[in-house]
This record gives sequence, structure tokens and C-alpha cells, in this order.
Amino acid sequence: MSDEKKPDKQGLSRRGFLKASGISLSVPLVLNYRMVKAAGAEVKVLGPGKAPIQLTINSKPFTAEVEPRVTLLEALRNDLDLTGAKRVCDRATCGACTVIMDGKPVYSCSVLAIEAQGKKITTVEGLMQGERLHPVQQAFVDNDAQQCGYCTPGFVVACKAFLDKNPNPTPEEVKRGLGGNLCRCGTYVGVRAAVLQASRGRKGGQRG
Amino acid sequence: MAVGQNVLRKEGVEKLTGAARYIDDIALEGMLYGKTIRSPLARGLIKSISFDTDFDWSPITVCDWRDIPGENFVALIENDQPLLVARDVRHAEEPILLIAAESRTLVEEAASRIRIEYEELTPVLSIEESLDCREIIYGDDNVFKRFLIARGEVDEGINQGDLIIEGCYRVPHQEQLYIEPQGMIAIPTDTGMTVLGSMQCPYYVHKALKQLFNLSDEQAVVIQTMTGGGFGGKEEYPSMIACHAALLAHKAQRPVKIIYDRAEDIAATTKRHPGVIRHRTAVTRDGRLTASEIDIVLDGGAYVTLTPVVLSRAAIHALGPYRCENVRITARAVATNTPPNGAFRGFGAPQVAFAYEMQMEKIALRLGIDPLELRRINMLKEGDITATGQQLRWSVGSEDVLNAAVERSHFREKQEAIQIERASGDSRKRRGVGLSFFFHGAGFTGSGEAKMKARAGIEITDQGRARVLSSSTEIGQGTQTIFCQIVADELGIGFDDVEIEETDTSRVPDSGPTVASRTCMVVGRVIQLAAREIKEKIKRFAAELFGAPEIDLMEGRFVEGGKVLASFAEVAREYAAQNGKLKVESQYASPMGVEWDDDSYSGDAYPAFSWGAEVAEVEVDMDTFEVSVLKITTAQDIGRAIHPLLAAGQIEGGTLQAVGYGLTEELVWDQGRIVNRMLTNYIIPTSMDAPDMETVIVEKEYPHGPFGAKGVGELPMDGAAPAIAAAVLNATGAFVSEIPVTPERLMMIHEGTRRESNED
Repeated sequence: MSDEKKPDKQGLSRRGFLKASGISLSVPLVLNYRMVKAAGAEVKVLGPGKAPIQLTINSKPFTAEVEPRVTLLEALRNDLDLTGAKRVCDRATCGACTVIMDGKPVYSCSVLAIEAQGKKITTVEGLMQGERLHPVQQAFVDNDAQQCGYCTPGFVVACKAFLDKNPNPTPEEVKRGLGGNLCRCGTYVGVRAAVLQASRGRKGGQRG
Repeated sequence: MAVGQNVLRKEGVEKLTGAARYIDDIALEGMLYGKTIRSPLARGLIKSISFDTDFDWSPITVCDWRDIPGENFVALIENDQPLLVARDVRHAEEPILLIAAESRTLVEEAASRIRIEYEELTPVLSIEESLDCREIIYGDDNVFKRFLIARGEVDEGINQGDLIIEGCYRVPHQEQLYIEPQGMIAIPTDTGMTVLGSMQCPYYVHKALKQLFNLSDEQAVVIQTMTGGGFGGKEEYPSMIACHAALLAHKAQRPVKIIYDRAEDIAATTKRHPGVIRHRTAVTRDGRLTASEIDIVLDGGAYVTLTPVVLSRAAIHALGPYRCENVRITARAVATNTPPNGAFRGFGAPQVAFAYEMQMEKIALRLGIDPLELRRINMLKEGDITATGQQLRWSVGSEDVLNAAVERSHFREKQEAIQIERASGDSRKRRGVGLSFFFHGAGFTGSGEAKMKARAGIEITDQGRARVLSSSTEIGQGTQTIFCQIVADELGIGFDDVEIEETDTSRVPDSGPTVASRTCMVVGRVIQLAAREIKEKIKRFAAELFGAPEIDLMEGRFVEGGKVLASFAEVAREYAAQNGKLKVESQYASPMGVEWDDDSYSGDAYPAFSWGAEVAEVEVDMDTFEVSVLKITTAQDIGRAIHPLLAAGQIEGGTLQAVGYGLTEELVWDQGRIVNRMLTNYIIPTSMDAPDMETVIVEKEYPHGPFGAKGVGELPMDGAAPAIAAAVLNATGAFVSEIPVTPERLMMIHEGTRRESNED
């Protein structure tokens, strides 16, 4: 079904391209990585087997063994049982997999798990403050800014990251700032109200 | 009181914290991952299937049609859609084989080692190709179903008119695009099969599973997991996926999970029916409709599935919320070699609503009558008779919604401001304002509810709480919340003392599918009746217990003469100790006097209609022909709003899907296959596309709904596309008869219109 399996128009696969461009594999496999020469320098290459990774998620250390091609989203969901971030488009379009990495919202479907090592990652599971909802989550509750809930964890995380950067947004900034997350239930009106409520200096603004 | 209050959504917090488990968040011990091998061809015969002999197939479970124990059909209206193709491929992406393995990687690898060869046949890919019958793919003439609605004397009506106005309107496929992709897990059990997954209608899946393995009611168990949106897309198609997962699970004797990826989901599952709708309307010079002939053709896709029901709703709504004594509506659904079209919010009505509202715009234009005035002249009011001969006896908010939408949007003032702006010279950006007026029958069509006899119940738990037993699913629209509100108020206990039983066919009765704007109005009513019976029983018991004949139950307390005698929970526990568990199940009965004749297709098509009016304000860039929707003001009569905030959410959400339908959502086909199968190229509205919305809820209570409620789910889907097209007409003078109004399409119409006026 997936589009990637088709050979590209030049009849050259990605692997073929790597070969053709003069990147040669050196032997043998040392521990979990190999060395290859790229542009004259030795580079460490992981895979194709599993490699150990260490991640810092919601201020806790996690270890796992994943193939290097595994995305952060897949690692979270399949290896760490953090299923709040959702797999929806898997192509960095919908935002349902949004997590915060070193203070910036990222689509975790488009970050490799190995790339995320050494970075501070916050997922929706890390937003609660003890038993209390994060102010953004509380604002979602107050404004019923969700319906089916599948885009919601990504939206909540994106809204938090947006507000961290723009503590006092205008409604127009909110509208644009939320452009990276898709919701099909059409809860944007509620989400906008929630973000405004959660923003610093804005009290109330609750719907209904 | 809980009804009418914006209480907190029952399942809200778990969705917000990531704790909610949807089907893809569940992994079971020993579970395999399943995949569907599909046809790339739209029509053909399978010649051979070969499996790469260099590949180790031992860890792979493979199923083809010969693994199906019973008949090879998905149980629905007609047994015509196979679960797996045996030989004849009738649409692209049709399932042929199923495979499963311990990892997704391995299953993908195995999939790449299968080779299927076909003999290609000429496919039928459009309504026109189907109607010309050069290739016959269904019956004698490719027609799945026909309906005729006739009232009065059309020829006479045409003579009474001063003018005959014709119009032809085209509406496209639309993808539901629930954010959570389709998915199921099947688990073989000692006695049968259990399936969990994302779905709207557990008893549809139950029926399909029973037929597949010849199981009893108890042997097949279907559990709905938290569901990330449906919009109709998870009405019938989940039965297919459930059966596929169950076939693999049965063969492997291990749990099997099938989750569609986005591309597969867009390419293979159902869509809104595209259609061609022709209007021929006779009108008097002062704007009265004297006759209306309407012809509808919908593209059903390759199999019957739900098409006859969609066509029926389209035919019944085709005239719109207007009075006309002489009507003839012909409707056909035809077969094509494309994936079967199916349920999508609105279910045939949005298609005909675009057509009837644009026809009204055309009539207004030709007669030189203001579009709002034309609607006022012809609108249905209480006591009027619809195309099927239904007299509107109650809950008719037609005038109220139109007035509210016009007033709140300042429609008149905006029309004038735009005229003045236009007169002061041309600019690159042109503003326009347009309106639409529409209605939507709530509940099943015709005799549907009388036949369905929806069941639901309430039981009192050991803790003395009320638990709702219903198969109506929560898919984001708020089912759980409104059911609890209804029970709380009817019974006289607190909202927090009502809970919902898991949607599991072994625990809840068949309330019918979660579709057709019926959940609140129909199932909510059944639940209200159950609560009423529980209250009678427990009150009688309490009256005896306390020797207090005037006892009443209010807000969770038994009181007499202002004195609190006991809590509901205390009495409930005592009741259980003496009489056993208190549990009541109720069944839906049509209101007295609501009658429908299936043979003549006439009578009370729906117990009640919901009514809507909408004003859209747009800005059109005359260089790029991009249309921006600035604001939508909509007034909708949905009867009593059980939960106004949830109801507003339904209206805002349905309206936004209709904005997509009208402006951006277009599937691109190549040889019967969908080309744009990603979120980057099938364009749904983002926060930046979502206009400002003002929603007015009008509450014309329906006497037979719970606390006066009607339906709200689908009505909002009907109004935005024609309102936007009317606003575009107002802005540019381009009359749009086909959606979506993409820049390309608008440019072509605009160029054509300009050429015509130059030639004049």
C-alpha cells in the first residue's frame, strides 16, 4: 500500500543512490555499529540490527533496544508503553504525535529515536502536576475543547509549547499557532478558547 | 437538574492525559499483526497467486477466501460484498488475502513476496459510464436501487408556473477522515470469538461475526474500545476489518491486530456518495414553486452495502424545506468499479442540500427576487406538508432559525455594505455573503425505527448507582454524557451517580447503530423510559418501606413533606437485599400516529425534523481565486439541547466538515484508484481555515424526544457548502454548480461567465 515501495522515477533505489554516490561500507560489525567512510571521514553507523538507546522522557530515564530506523513515536508507543502520542498520518502532517523536545514541539513520527537521545522529551503523560491537570489540560476540560480525543494529546502538548513561547497570544496568533495540528471533529473553536484561557493574564474566557 | 447544563464530559479527563486506550494502544500477549493484500486493479479476474519460495513462510499466517467457514460475505443489507475475493475483482483495493506475523516488519516483508496476476477487464468508473451500460457490472442495467416520490400533478404545476428553471448539480466523494485510523483486535476464545475495536455499531460487527463462524449470540462478543471519530466511516466498514482479523485469529489461534495506516484507510474504506442531481422547477413571477421535478443519481461503488438507505434519505430530502404541491422525485443508485461508498454524516442529505439550495439561488437570480425573500415565500411551516405527504405537526423551527441566522449575522446590513463597496470600484479581494436553509430528518427513515425496536436499559449497582446499558457508542459526540444527564433528571439522582456500562455485546442490549442523528432522540428516549420505570418501582418500594405514600425522589434523596427519609443509594441497597437486582430494559415504540408506507414511499418519513439556517461570509481573491471563509453564523433547531456545549460542538464540527466539502476536499482518481491518499494532499480544514463561528441553538421541543430533544449530529453537515457557494456567487457573480469550489474550478466558471457577458 505504501508509496515508498515504488522505485523512483530514475529507476534508482535509495540504497543504490548511496552506493553510486561513493559511500562505501567498511567491515565488520563492531558492537552495535559499523564505521563507514562518508566524504572522506569515518562515521559511526548503527544497525541494521537493534541498538541500545537511552532517552529522557518526562524527566525519567528510559532504556530500550530499537532498530536505528525506528521513530521516536514508535519507540514511545511500542517499547516504552507511552501511548498518549498517536500514530495518525506518520508523515509529519497531522500533529497527533506531537511531543516537546528541548523546549520545541516536534512531530515524533519524524524524529528517529536514536536522534532523541540526550534531549529532554515531554509527552502528554508528563504534563500532569501530581494529581492535578496541567493548566492547558484544565482549560481543555473547561471549554470542552475535545470530542473524539484522538488528536487531543498532540494538541494539548502543542498548545503547551505554544504558550511557553507566546504567553500572551492574540486570538489571531492562536489561530495560526495551532495550524500544525489537525482535528476532524472540528474542535478548533474550543481549543482556541482553551488556549486563551490558559494563557497568562487571561482569566475566564470559558465557553458555555 | 443536569439536562440543559454544561456538565463535564464523562470521558474527558482520560482523553486529555493520554490515559485513554484506543485500539492501537492495546497490545496483547502473543498477538500477531495482520495485513490485507489488495487488488491494484479496478476490475479483473485473478489468474494466479504465487508465494516466493525463497521466503520462509512458516511464521506467517495466510488466509484466502477458502478459509472462510461460512458464506463469503460481509453481513449487511444484502449479501453481495465478499470478505475476500475468490476470483472477480470489482474495485481497486479490494481485499484478496490476509497475512499475519509477529511483527509489522515481518508482515510487510511477507507482503512484498506475494505475486498476484490478473486478467484485466474494462472497468466502469463513473456515473455516466454506468448509465450508458456498455459494461454491465450489476443486474441488467447497473442500477442498485430506485425510488420514486410523487405528489400532486407535476404537469398541472408546470402550467401554473410562469417560468421553468433547470439546474444540474454535481457533488463529489468525501472522505470521513476520522483522525483515528480503522483498527480491530480479534481474540479466539474457547467458545467463539471476541473482537475489540474502533466502531460505531457493535451489533453490526456482532452480526457479521456470527454469520462468519456460525456462532450463537453469546459466542460472538464485540467490545467497542475508545473510538477516535467515526462520522459514518465506522458504521459498516468495521465489520469487514473485524471479520478479517477474526479469520486470521481463528487460523493462527492467537490474537490478531489489524490497524490500517492512513494511506490504506483513505484508499480502501468507504466515502460519501458522489452524485449528479437535476432540478426542473416551475415558479410564478412572485416566487412561488408550483412544480418540482428532481432526478438524483448516486454512485454506489462496487457493492450494495448501505447505498439504498443513503439514496432513500437523499430522495426524501431532495425538495428541501420548501412547500410545493406538485413534486416528482426520481432517484437511482448505480454501480461502478470503485470502492463501495457508504455512510458519512448527513447520509445523502448534504448532496441534495447543495443542489436544492443552489437551485433556489438560481431561481432568485432569474426572477430578480432576493434569495432570503424567496426562502421566506416557500419555506415549510408547522401544518405544512412535505414531498412525501408528511404533515409537520410539531417542533417546526423553520422560521425561527432563518430569522435568527439573518439577525445574528446582520445579513441585510452585510448585503448592503458589499453592494456599496462594489459600487466604489473593483478590488483584488471581493467579499460576499450567502445563506442556506435546510432540514434533516432525525432517526431512521420511514418504518426503520419501528422495525429496529431499539433496546436499552438501566440497572442499579451494588453501590446504589444507576448504570446505563446501551450499545450506542461514544465516538466523541457525547453519548455517555447526555445519557447520564437524561437518567439523572428522570430518576431524580445526581449526574455523578450515573455511570455507563462498557459497550460490550455480552453486557448491553442492541440499541441499534450509532447513526442517523438517532442516539439522543431515539435511544435517549428509551433510556428515559427505563429510568421512569426504575423510579416508579423504587418509589413504590420506598413508600412501603417508610410507610410514606407521598414519598418522592429528588436529587438522590427520598423526601416526604420536605423531610429527607433516606438516600437513593440506601434504599437501592435495601431493594436489592429484598428483591434482587433492580434492572429495567425498555424498547422503542414509534409515537402514535407516525405512519409510513414503504410501497408508495409516502407518509411520515421521520418523527421529527431538525431545522437549520446558515450565513457564510467569504472573501475571494480575484487573482488566485482562493476563497476564504471569514465567518459562519448558523442557527439550528435541534429541540431541547440536553447539553448546550456538546450540541454547539456538534454544530461547529459538522459545519467545519461541510466547509471542507464545499471548498477543499477532493479525491483524485486514476483508473479507479485514489491518488491523493495522504493528509498532505487530501485537504481538510486546519485551525487556520476554520472561520469564526457563531452558533445559535433554537429549541423547539419535540414532544416524544427525551426532555424535548431531537437530532443534532448530521444537520450541521447540510448547510455550509451551499451557503459558501451562494456567498461566492454574491462576491464574484460566478454560479457554482459543482463542489468543491477550488480555485481552478472557480477560475474556469469566472472566465466562462465573463466571456458570456462579453458576448451579450
